[in-house]
Amino acid sequence: MDKNQDNILDEFTRGEYKHGFVSNVETETIGKGLSEEVVRLISRKKGEPEWLLEFRLSAYRHWLTMKTPTWAKLEIPPIDYQEIIYYAAPKKAENRSWDEVDPELKATFDKLGIPLDEQKMLSGVAVDAVMDSVSVKTTFKETLAERGIIFSSFSEAVKDHPDLIKRYLGTVVPYADNYFAALNSAVFSDGSFVYIPRGVRCPMELSTYFRINAAKTGQFERTLIVADEESYVSYLEGCTAPRRDENQLHAAIVEIIVERDAEVKYSTVQNWYPGDKEGKGGIYNFVTKRGICRGERARLIWTQVETGSAITWKYPGTILKGDHSVSEFYSVAVTNHHQQADTGTKMIHIGNNTRSRIVSKGISAGKSSNTYRGLVKVAKKCRDARNYSQCDSLLLGDRCGAHTFPRVEVANPSARVEHEATTSKIGEDQLFYCNQRGISTEDAVGLIIKGYAGDVISKMPMEFAVEAQKLLQISLEGSVG
Amino acid sequence: MNKLLEIRDLHAVVDGKEILKGINLDVNAGETHAIMGPNGAGKSTLSAVLAGRENFIVTRGEVWFKGKNLLEMPAENRAREGLFLSFQYPVEIPGVSTVNFLKTAINEHRKYSGKPPYPPGEFLKMIREKMEWVGIDSKLLNRSLNEGFSGGEKKKNEIFQMAVLEPVLAILDETDSGLDIDALRVVANGVNRLKGPGNAVIVITHYQRLLDHVVPDVVHVLHDGRVVKTAGKELAIELEKKGYDWIKQQSPGEN
Repeated sequence: MDKNQDNILDEFTRGEYKHGFVSNVETETIGKGLSEEVVRLISRKKGEPEWLLEFRLSAYRHWLTMKTPTWAKLEIPPIDYQEIIYYAAPKKAENRSWDEVDPELKATFDKLGIPLDEQKMLSGVAVDAVMDSVSVKTTFKETLAERGIIFSSFSEAVKDHPDLIKRYLGTVVPYADNYFAALNSAVFSDGSFVYIPRGVRCPMELSTYFRINAAKTGQFERTLIVADEESYVSYLEGCTAPRRDENQLHAAIVEIIVERDAEVKYSTVQNWYPGDKEGKGGIYNFVTKRGICRGERARLIWTQVETGSAITWKYPGTILKGDHSVSEFYSVAVTNHHQQADTGTKMIHIGNNTRSRIVSKGISAGKSSNTYRGLVKVAKKCRDARNYSQCDSLLLGDRCGAHTFPRVEVANPSARVEHEATTSKIGEDQLFYCNQRGISTEDAVGLIIKGYAGDVISKMPMEFAVEAQKLLQISLEGSVG
Repeated sequence: MNKLLEIRDLHAVVDGKEILKGINLDVNAGETHAIMGPNGAGKSTLSAVLAGRENFIVTRGEVWFKGKNLLEMPAENRAREGLFLSFQYPVEIPGVSTVNFLKTAINEHRKYSGKPPYPPGEFLKMIREKMEWVGIDSKLLNRSLNEGFSGGEKKKNEIFQMAVLEPVLAILDETDSGLDIDALRVVANGVNRLKGPGNAVIVITHYQRLLDHVVPDVVHVLHDGRVVKTAGKELAIELEKKGYDWIKQQSPGEN
């Protein structure tokens, strides 16, 4: 690429992270470091039943025997787990009436565009707002409860619906699944629980907003979504964090259970602080997300727009167990500056006539590295499975990398698996063409990216599609190429 | 007369090589100019320089467009001032339809001249009208810009964009190359409908055949980075018959 274009790209990718502020919220933290004592302390602080403490301890003991995975195309600096604080709770948040909640906390979510005051709440969207280790507030809880829908923070659900939690926790992602899953299972703090009863169509979008605020802490949240037979829910998670020079660890688990004839749409707008231009700071995002289509004709749709994190390690996947079950995965992952992403999906076909579809769009700019890693697996007894995968990479500039590692394991000859992949570059030709029609370079890049990511954005819930679109543009601002 | 474009002693370098070596050219409102010449004469370089392509570096000379210093404007502002280039090789933009692309473009033009964005209803009405002008299929316009278009469809799309943006000065860079006779007529029609007392067209071409339909007032021959001959439309016919060799011999050489 010639120098001019590099300059244009450079300018475009020099965009600033918009959610980097720190809130001055009084926070209660425990001492740094991890031990069995710390695990017990977290459990005690949450007032958990004995069985849950045992779950945590088993996970912790197992974690001690494990090693950090090294197979991803990522350069992960050594993480000192004894330097991390595992529990940080904004004071004046938990177990208080809304009036007593720290105004600074309310202001934080206002600033993030997530008003939690009754008068200002987003209509049509119920929000569970989580800061550091605790849920601050869940809106529309009562409205939803009228239909038997449970939408609450994970901690509350443990108290109010222990039977449900006990029945489903760890059934899709067992604590021994991987290193970060084990860590999460030992020290997880808060998160959301969703239960949609049989035959109920959830009347509004459910959304959890995760905010890291406290310094030197890790965030380990847990989301559990259960859609009973013939139910429907659309769920969205969003996340941001302050701009800091040190790295912070985020290791979450999401488990989704979809029963017969139910449908879950799970969308993510991931905007963790990605670090600065020189690659200093940023969130390490090591997340395990998995769903299971347990019954016949169950459907699970993943949609994600990923712009954040210094390092992303994440493979949301679906186990297609029920016959005729369907899963789709739509993803746009943007990396800029020194960000690294190794992300993709897993589709495990077990039931007969199961179908999956993968549309992955990577956008790399700056000196970043963007890897798609996918697994499509068809079990021996699974008849007539079908998969279609499309993995596209778009490069902005010539110092970034895009890599694709699609893995296909088919044990039954009746399966039909298709894979398509493309790599393209925003060319100087395209930019000049737009310029010549009166469109500035920055707008041109926005337009080109919008076109490129359109297939995925259009799958987002409408309320968030515009937001996601803007986010893409901001993440690449100053990075045209 | 109303001078739209004045090019004075224009020199330009591409990849360290001087391609334009002192171009002088005047275009008045209401006129159609043809620029002809052999391969490598600098025709496409001239259009790229006028449109503001970044890696084409002007080393000497000046260009005035509507009395404004063209070379000081970024490419997008030249477009917003009313300079349009029909590309020899139009680019593809996947996922962006021609209609959406044009909507973005025209609203940028309007913003530049202090107008509010086109009301959506009016925009579509105007688009339909211009579609008829050019005889372009609405299916094409809802597809990704130029993606999978045939050569002829791409050129038609350029003319359609020109019709929508209504430029003051349209430069057609070998828009006729690779067109069959029907497509050529469509292109010519579009250009002729655009022509009026307030604007001008520059047709860059190798061949006479487009000039049968878009009749030039002035024909220039470009050779080795200079305008070596300027005459009326009969020059194009002469060139068609005799080729460029006699011009090359006549050219003033190095001075």
